[in-house]
Amino acid sequence: MTTTAFLTDSTLCIGCKACEVACKEWNGVAADGFEWTGLSYDNSGALGHSTWRHVAFVENAPVEGFGGNAGEVLSWSFLSDVCKHCANAGCLEACPTGAIVRTEFGGVFIQPDVCNGCAYCVVTCPFGVVQRNPDQGKAFKCTFCYDRQKENLKPACATACPTESIKFGEIGELHEVANRRIEQLKSRGIDDAQIYDPQETSVGGTHAFFILRGDPKSYNLPPKPEIPTVHLRRGWTSAGIAAAALVTGTLLAFLGGNGDES
Amino acid sequence: MNPDGHDAAGRPRASEARLAEIRREAEMRGAAQGSGVRPANAPFPKASPQTGYYGLPALKAPQWTWEIPAYFFAGGAAGAAAVIGAVGSLTGADRRLIRDARWLAAIGGAISPALLISDLGTPSRFLNMLRVFKIQSPMSVGSWTLVAFSNSAAMSAVADAIARKTGRRRLVRFVGNAAEVLAAFSGLALTTYTGVLIGATAIPVWAEHVGTLPIHFAASGTGAAVSILELRGHDSNRALNAMGIAAATAETIVGARIELDQKRVNKPLKQGATGALIRLGGLLSGPLPLALRLLSLGASRQKSRKLRRAAAASTIAGSMITRQAWIKVGKVSARDSKVVLDLPERIRPRIASQ
Repeated sequence: MTTTAFLTDSTLCIGCKACEVACKEWNGVAADGFEWTGLSYDNSGALGHSTWRHVAFVENAPVEGFGGNAGEVLSWSFLSDVCKHCANAGCLEACPTGAIVRTEFGGVFIQPDVCNGCAYCVVTCPFGVVQRNPDQGKAFKCTFCYDRQKENLKPACATACPTESIKFGEIGELHEVANRRIEQLKSRGIDDAQIYDPQETSVGGTHAFFILRGDPKSYNLPPKPEIPTVHLRRGWTSAGIAAAALVTGTLLAFLGGNGDES
Repeated sequence: MNPDGHDAAGRPRASEARLAEIRREAEMRGAAQGSGVRPANAPFPKASPQTGYYGLPALKAPQWTWEIPAYFFAGGAAGAAAVIGAVGSLTGADRRLIRDARWLAAIGGAISPALLISDLGTPSRFLNMLRVFKIQSPMSVGSWTLVAFSNSAAMSAVADAIARKTGRRRLVRFVGNAAEVLAAFSGLALTTYTGVLIGATAIPVWAEHVGTLPIHFAASGTGAAVSILELRGHDSNRALNAMGIAAATAETIVGARIELDQKRVNKPLKQGATGALIRLGGLLSGPLPLALRLLSLGASRQKSRKLRRAAAASTIAGSMITRQAWIKVGKVSARDSKVVLDLPERIRPRIASQ
């Protein structure tokens, strides 16, 4: 099976949220309420158990309007965020039931019929993607449209995207597409475009990478995401020291002063 | 209308021009002054490299409820109690103390799974924890540890009871002692692994302390086990007081190290409601019982028991509060995107030079 990937090119995104809607419709994801955040035109705020695609709205500095008949207009950056399907996935390593698996397409998939809702994946995702649904009692996130991929269909979001901002394909090809696009943007004078795909950290790259303008931090994308298993060695060493100290201490205490004070 | 968007009295008009003005001002200063829906000087939410995405959390907060820290307390105390029981048996301690330690381990080992199962989103699937064993998942390692502990601790306590009721039965005693050894080993893992469990996560304040948390939690569990046994009447046993002093000393050192660590990732440990809770838990399990226990050493028998009972009550409360506080600290840490996004702590309004 080929390893597939998403390339989400924010320079082509028009912020229509068709991906959010298509994802919800295809996957039957619950509504997340009619709450106005007041944060630009973004009312879902972040990825979560009921938001598997999330379009971020970044308002940049006002720029001169075109043609001299408009004053100042906002300049926008839109970015459709999604589960990164990490090469080394924190949620997958942490899952105690084996509910989270790597599919034959390289994606990270939570089997809803196995998950028991322990919520450990929630705290081991370095991107804040996975969340337990309090009503259904299981963890949810983007499935990479595993069901559609098995039928040789593109994921729902990529199919619905009207500007081909969301590209879906073989991961190696998409890396090339991304590199070519960056060169093209640079040749047009857009110097702040970059690829967000943390390959140099312990996450080891993602199967959903992005082309974005400006600083990834503006979109809440962490500069140095790490898979939490990197902390295991320190943690277990400390646990070993604590256990040894507990045994030795108890032994010394009982050898030193068995019985009652008198 | 005046072209600058102000009315005759100089107040800004509600108009597109006024909107542009607010946007310009917000862009330049990071705050919007004056009338409107936002109060003057309110921070203007921005998506920028300095503020992150409108200051929204970049991580998901832990969704665990009170059962998980309650389990940390029960499991921690039970695990340490199993160690006390086994070492007591080995060194020929008071039989009554060994029996109580075994029962404390057994009861803690029975409460713990109940707490964990009730926190699951789908409790009927608790057995799914035993579908696989994953060494790289502290949650998986912990589940198997708890299964081994609960069964062996219960078996050792029940075997002890049967042996006492029916007289000296060699087989029952052998089974009880074997179970006691298994309970002690799994108990060592049970009191310490919870520190690895929350330390090996993406939550910044937990991950920062991954090297301290297992020791911290082991000391907390040991203090609680010793204290419960003291309140059960073993308040003149010298070995228990020595262990209590050691645990309280360890807790004091952990607390002092947190206080002296100036890293901003530690903010939830020191500020706000969670900071107060951490300090209260630390005080009740560290310096306070340490002082009471040291005083008890030189006191008369009657007074010594009173001091040790006070220390025990303080330690138990401190251990409960400490566990709850660490989970709450994780929730605050997850909601603050500054550490994980490496953002400046404070944003100075950029006043345009005019």
